[in-house]
Amino acid sequence: MKKVAKNKFSQLWNSINKDYELFLPIEKDGKVNFSLWKDEDKINLDAIKTNVSPKNIIFPQSETYLKFKTDGKKLSLENVGGKKEEYVLFGVRPCDAVSFNLIDNVFLREPIDRFYEERRNKGTVVSMACLEPEETCFCSSFGIEPETAPKGVDVFTWDIGQTILWEAQTEKGNILTEKLGDIFEEVTEQDINELEKLKHSIKDKVSSLPLSDVDPKKIDGDLKDIFESEVWDEISKSCLGCGSCTYVCPTCHCYDIQDFDGGKCGERFRCWDSCMFSDFTRMAHGNPRTSQKERFRQRFMHKLVYYPNNHQVYACVGCGRCIEKCPVNMNIVKVIKKLGGEK
Amino acid sequence: MSCRCNNRVDPLVPEVAVIKNIRVDTNDVTTFTVEKPEGRKCFESMPGQCAMISVPPIGEALFSITSSPTEKNFMEFSIKRCGAVTEYLHGLEVGAEIGIRGPYGNNFPVEDELKGKDLLFIGGGIGLAPLRSVINYVMDNRDNYGQVDIVYGARTSGDLVHTKDIFENWPSRPNTNVHLTVDREEEGWDGHVGFVPSYIKELGFDTNKVALICGPPIMIKFVLQGLEEIGFKKEQVYTTLELKMKCGVGKCGRCNIGDKYVCKDGPVFRCDEIQELPDEY
Repeated sequence: MKKVAKNKFSQLWNSINKDYELFLPIEKDGKVNFSLWKDEDKINLDAIKTNVSPKNIIFPQSETYLKFKTDGKKLSLENVGGKKEEYVLFGVRPCDAVSFNLIDNVFLREPIDRFYEERRNKGTVVSMACLEPEETCFCSSFGIEPETAPKGVDVFTWDIGQTILWEAQTEKGNILTEKLGDIFEEVTEQDINELEKLKHSIKDKVSSLPLSDVDPKKIDGDLKDIFESEVWDEISKSCLGCGSCTYVCPTCHCYDIQDFDGGKCGERFRCWDSCMFSDFTRMAHGNPRTSQKERFRQRFMHKLVYYPNNHQVYACVGCGRCIEKCPVNMNIVKVIKKLGGEK
Repeated sequence: MSCRCNNRVDPLVPEVAVIKNIRVDTNDVTTFTVEKPEGRKCFESMPGQCAMISVPPIGEALFSITSSPTEKNFMEFSIKRCGAVTEYLHGLEVGAEIGIRGPYGNNFPVEDELKGKDLLFIGGGIGLAPLRSVINYVMDNRDNYGQVDIVYGARTSGDLVHTKDIFENWPSRPNTNVHLTVDREEEGWDGHVGFVPSYIKELGFDTNKVALICGPPIMIKFVLQGLEEIGFKKEQVYTTLELKMKCGVGKCGRCNIGDKYVCKDGPVFRCDEIQELPDEY
């Protein structure tokens, strides 16, 4: 473990930026989001929840992967997908870091999504402990401990006041640490004591959060019984189908593929899509999900039943963004509670 | 069967293929013969598997491969005009290049559960397209299978596809019967008239065989009921599901039904597997 003084942050960003693209939580117009760092940007490392999750760094909202040209009957195709530059994604919260693993389960299983794989391989993820978990946080419901490094992050950090403690977790993390060299100081016994205190304090805060009792395991029984539960009628009634929840969600990964028509040449791109939209499943011969209830049910069945059946883990990390963003105050916590038998 | 995509190229990236032949089957179905621009088949597949066909800048759609894998040099696709991509495809001429990727999905278990069995194929309309890949595979490996019955129906005689196969090729093979029907009486048609599900009951098959069904959802539903009434068990019946697909590789989420992805875990399902799925197909 090493430490770096906060007054050296400017030097830290510039040092990282020498060898990597650097993505940081940047505050702009009152909103904090992960984006490519530029010198004059206002960095905000205190925000627990960025406005949208950092998912867009590993799985861009829109990604062109094919260019095509037509010339009479001739067609030429050029693969332009993927990511060529090494990058560091700094300041990812443990819940969001776990969400990367959940998307990995889908995109990195056979046949491997090579664009995504390349983006993951090029990235070094530096995660941060959550000093002040918020009222809408419920990561502990999914076994996430925001004071410790989740599996998969390359470096984990703790803010202990004037310095952050830095611990590499993987080979990629070691390489980054080595490259930054002199910027670090050795940790003292006092730092370690501070860290232990901090971990305890975070643990205490997490256990007393208002949503700490949310328990997805209470949803049990047969897949079809849960699917046919009467609860869906009631809880889906208010859903507007706006899709906000899916766009801020760190684990939603459904996408669309579209062609941009530029006459004789054009591009094919994939972009985020939402199972909450009415044309998501529309085919030439009809639509198997014609009501918002059916689409609402699909989203939550997928996160809480189907995905766990396939990957033995829930497809939610308890970040709580959907709680903050839903315009009609519906969210996965209410769904978990209702499906779990709460009146 | 897993995708045999090139190891390093992303599965979403198509290859160029060329339309070598076009055969107009009905007023809305056309069969395209497709191969690599330099000749040869684009990729190997198994009966029932699908391919994603691309016509930039209109888009992509998933189609079942109509030809049998025993066809060494090319693939065929029988495509009904019913949306943007298919409309565009129907306007193409021989020599036009398209994009193709695949093969996708699982296949009918021709080398496992179907081997040595009597087979009952039940198709409706364009639903013959995926069944044809299995039927021709069976015909080319005739000794490996028992009696073959093919029940095929369409709205009118003019909507029957693969007429050379259903009228000439298949009936002339040993131990192979083709039973055709059209929905309504029409001039010049002296064959059976009536819907496929009721025709099945009239034909009165013994249940010591495996049934493979493909057709419009409503036909599949009533055929399944009919087969169960005459004593078929769900384990003896295979059919295909169709949901909207984009990626073809079980990631984009569109064809997710229950804990299955139709593009990857299907499109072929045994009926006892379908029973486990939510009723969203």
